[in-house]
Amino acid sequence: MDISVSKDFAVNSKSLKDVRDFAREIFDQSPVFSQQKDELVLAIAEAAQNIVKHAYKDITDTKDVMQIKISFKDNELTIGFYDKGKPANPENIKHRKLDDVKPGGLGTFFIKQIMDEVVFKEAAGWRNHLVLTKNFNHQQ
Amino acid sequence: MSYNVKEEGNVATVYLDGEIDMDVTEKAKEVILPLVEAKKEVHLNLKDVQYMDSSGISVLIESHQKAMEVGTTVKLKEISKSVLKVIMMAKLEQVLNLD
Repeated sequence: MDISVSKDFAVNSKSLKDVRDFAREIFDQSPVFSQQKDELVLAIAEAAQNIVKHAYKDITDTKDVMQIKISFKDNELTIGFYDKGKPANPENIKHRKLDDVKPGGLGTFFIKQIMDEVVFKEAAGWRNHLVLTKNFNHQQ
Repeated sequence: MSYNVKEEGNVATVYLDGEIDMDVTEKAKEVILPLVEAKKEVHLNLKDVQYMDSSGISVLIESHQKAMEVGTTVKLKEISKSVLKVIMMAKLEQVLNLD
């Protein structure tokens, strides 16, 4: 079953619930995702949260949207995030060391734990384009 | 997220309900931290928390660290399966007080 769905969300923390509902609805469409649905929803929500928290840091009244595109083809799940916020520097996007216990810095760690690949790419018309991928071949 | 606080002696039990994300962390801290600062033993009942992300985990860490600072404890009670999964992913099961 192939999937290709995208949706725009307002860039604010209130949208995060809508982002999760969007992801849950898609992952409910195929039993392929059932074992890892909660983790996948978490990865998507954390990436969306990073846009609100970092790309739009100190910007509270933007009319910009962030776009999330979820695709599934040939047993590979691809999740794209598009925003027009402050440019992300991939070098600066690192999670904290786990033994350095303090609030914050876990979102990126969760994303990397859950997904196979986390990369920034170019996308015309957008400033940041984060792509998360996960292969489901080994889970058949 | 909604909450309910019950106090008995020096123990304050906070029943959290719903999804805990970035949008509600300030509200959660406003409920929990004053109890910790008052040196109550705080029990966070998480049986009705269906979702918690890294922001929610940060609230648990901050509450735990504040409790240690003032000489009291925060205990996590009846942790839902989904929250436990996230705590374990963050490798915090040995750090936080899980009951």
